[in-house]
Amino acid sequence: MKHEAIKVDAATRASIWKNNLRDYGLLGSLLVIMALFEYLTGGVLLAPVNITNLILQNSYIVIMALGMLLIIVGGNIDLSVGSIVGFVGAIAATMMVDYKIPWLPVVGISLVLGGVIGAAQGYFVAYAKIPSFIVTLGGMLVFRGLTGNILLGQFVGPFPPDFQSISSGFIPDLVSAPLKAVFGNGLLFGPHFRWTSMLIGLIGAGLLIAAGIRRWRRDSAQTMETEPFALFAGKNAIFAILALGFSYLLASYRGLPNVLIIMGALTLLYMFVTQRMTIGRRIYALGGNRMAAQLSGIRTERLIFLTFANMGALAGLAGLIVAARLNSATPSAGNSFELDVIAACFIGGASASGGVGKVMGVVIGAFVMGVMNNGMSILGIGIYWQYVVKGLVLLAAVYVDVYQKNNG
Amino acid sequence: MTAILEMRGISKSFPGVKALRNVNLAVEAGEIHAICGENGAGKSTLMKVLSGVYPHGSYEGDIVYQGATRQFSDISDSEKLGIIIIHQELALVPLLSIAENIFLGHEPATFGVIDWDAAFSRTRELLAKVGLKESPNALITNLGVGKQQLVEIAKALAKKVKLLILDEPTASLNESDSAALLKLLLEFKQQGIASILISHKLNEFAGVADAITVMRDGTTVETIDISTGPISEARIIKSMVGREMSERYPPRRPQIGERLFEISNWRVEHPLHAGREVIKGVSLHVNRGEIVGIAGLMGSGRTELAMSVFGRAYGRQVTGRAFMQGREIDLSSIQHAVRNGLAYVTEDRKSLGLILGEDIKSNITLAHLSGVSRAGVIDERREAIVAEQYRTKLNIRSSGILQKTLNLSGGNQQKVVLSKWLFADPQVLILDEPTRGIDVGAKYEIYTIINELAASGKGVIVISSEMPELLGICDRLYVMNEGRLIDEMPAAQASAEKIMAAIMRQHGSQQ
Repeated sequence: MKHEAIKVDAATRASIWKNNLRDYGLLGSLLVIMALFEYLTGGVLLAPVNITNLILQNSYIVIMALGMLLIIVGGNIDLSVGSIVGFVGAIAATMMVDYKIPWLPVVGISLVLGGVIGAAQGYFVAYAKIPSFIVTLGGMLVFRGLTGNILLGQFVGPFPPDFQSISSGFIPDLVSAPLKAVFGNGLLFGPHFRWTSMLIGLIGAGLLIAAGIRRWRRDSAQTMETEPFALFAGKNAIFAILALGFSYLLASYRGLPNVLIIMGALTLLYMFVTQRMTIGRRIYALGGNRMAAQLSGIRTERLIFLTFANMGALAGLAGLIVAARLNSATPSAGNSFELDVIAACFIGGASASGGVGKVMGVVIGAFVMGVMNNGMSILGIGIYWQYVVKGLVLLAAVYVDVYQKNNG
Repeated sequence: MTAILEMRGISKSFPGVKALRNVNLAVEAGEIHAICGENGAGKSTLMKVLSGVYPHGSYEGDIVYQGATRQFSDISDSEKLGIIIIHQELALVPLLSIAENIFLGHEPATFGVIDWDAAFSRTRELLAKVGLKESPNALITNLGVGKQQLVEIAKALAKKVKLLILDEPTASLNESDSAALLKLLLEFKQQGIASILISHKLNEFAGVADAITVMRDGTTVETIDISTGPISEARIIKSMVGREMSERYPPRRPQIGERLFEISNWRVEHPLHAGREVIKGVSLHVNRGEIVGIAGLMGSGRTELAMSVFGRAYGRQVTGRAFMQGREIDLSSIQHAVRNGLAYVTEDRKSLGLILGEDIKSNITLAHLSGVSRAGVIDERREAIVAEQYRTKLNIRSSGILQKTLNLSGGNQQKVVLSKWLFADPQVLILDEPTRGIDVGAKYEIYTIINELAASGKGVIVISSEMPELLGICDRLYVMNEGRLIDEMPAAQASAEKIMAAIMRQHGSQQ
């Protein structure tokens, strides 16, 4: 069209601002919610011990949301993840407690088991062409039932300490001792400050900024459209401050939790897969227009199958983390987790019709849910009112999304 | 004669874009008024203003209809007064019957209980009026596009239409269905129903229209009265594009080489009805540097043939042999077809060709991601360069490679789909209706691309329902009818009459 050619620059710049507004609007909402609860709880929310708890409580939701994002982007849904968490936890507990199998092989077997369960469901969705809602609704019932049958209403535990440390452990503090030897007790932040964790936070923030600058330079050197410098600089400054702030808080308690490292590594991996790898690109194409993707030579069935197998493996990992955290397998472990995971994806900007959604959004979405859970619990708000609030927040987030799309 | 409709000084803006500038349009009572113009000239926007899709207050100017100034706030306002618009993309519910579709939204009912007898008898009357011999119970999904179009018109008649607006009604119809539709419009004219006909097919409406209004860049250029005598196509085209288009087809000097691709005894069964052959033993070939056309009526099996060849994307029990440069190749999946050098550009670019929510860049590289990646990791820089190259080379009018394909005009969308397959670097391209719904200027550009492909030694197979197009760009033509190739001729010796005669001859021999 003629008029498009004329409006090039202004339109492009406007659309970049708008896209960014959506992305950072979500981050802004999270910060506002955190500030609100920090105020309401009288400073408890951001207390080092609570931040640590918050991460421990939400890690498995975030981990599963990464897999759920790929499923939803591909145009499907998985309702069975909560049951898989319970089932894999039960199997792992039985192997460790009843059969005395060492924890490391149990971890491997559990991940494979989760993957196989996901693959089985993926087979019915991708190749037998049964709607994913139905297949995974069935899976949800089957695996919840099997969990109950295995555990027979009992709690199975406790587990070896090494296994527990997956969830309740923290990274070892290697640098504080030498630092203390040099500076003595006059060391900054007191004698119990975990300097290793702080240093990792520092390095992380540095890498984040370096990567951002490299990318921005490269994009602006080419014909690629870039975001305005003010936005870019402000954004990176905020990220760096956040990273440093949280490492400080965590370091002043017990340091970085092991699950945070697992979660962080997986988040980076899935960001890379969705943004830079051909398989990620193809999943987005599949969800955007399945027929067009197929006619472009993409094996859509295999892709759907893989997204489910991947989801299963991540649910298996979550099952281990949950079991390790509770130090026992219980029949109700993972109950209704699927709802938190799916809600995290939609709050994070994924589209129910497929083809749209970002890893960063989903992680933030999961923490929006997590902070609300945590904050309301501290305030002593009843569990049923918590459901009401979370439901309304989910609806509001998606409403804003849809409204922006229709009126943008 | 008095004007049934006058649109005076209509202007309409979208954020940052002036879509209509001071448009004036007058339609006389009982006339057929054609509106033509390139894509993006503002025809559809104008009709949306008229029908109330864009409510009063969102535009400037006046709409005077049946002697009074009207302020429509939505479509139902304009429909109440008999202004009915039939869109290019038909708005029928596929799994409901004809009768249900015709009365959808205004069912003959008392207290919500539908009077089916009344609905059926009324439907029968309406179907008789539009000349459609189908049961009111027939499901829309089982009808061809031509018949669906007639159902839409019957639906308009049910609403007591006084001004019928047809947006590209013949774009997806074959020649005989188009002719029937235009004849229907003439009958309506006798009954005093005025029509506005938006069309790209100049030769068509010239036969039936009383007046032609030409639009360009959001404004009306001129209205030509042709009730008194015919007018030359060249004259209208000049008015549309604002310049003289001496040639509809770019010049070409074919250099035809050895045999490149061949299928023999290709047979395909219907995907749902086992045992029903849709393609009945087709053999064809294309040489290097050659443009081969497949002519035929809608429903003759051309798309089905193309899609079944392209990795069995259509049908079941596909049998037959395929050869590329004399070597037998495996076309059992789309991946195999692509790997063996085939590409298929679909006739339905919106639902089968593009990921509309994605940008130009991702669409262009989608079929050949390995060309911009290493070990499964996309080199974003190379991808951007590749996309920019095609955007420039094919003159894809857009704000940049990051623009979503959803917001492109039809011609530019088609260029994106073409880019996708050009980047995959196939040996043979099958182009299915490559210029459907595309304006004259963009058509010329697409023909030029096709010529360049042939010149670079590729083989091109073009499927088109527009015979002048096939005659204009092809070297050799196949004629297809009812799943068989019934004739083959060099384009130089072909004519529209000769092709139709071949089809008719076969129909005759079967009866």
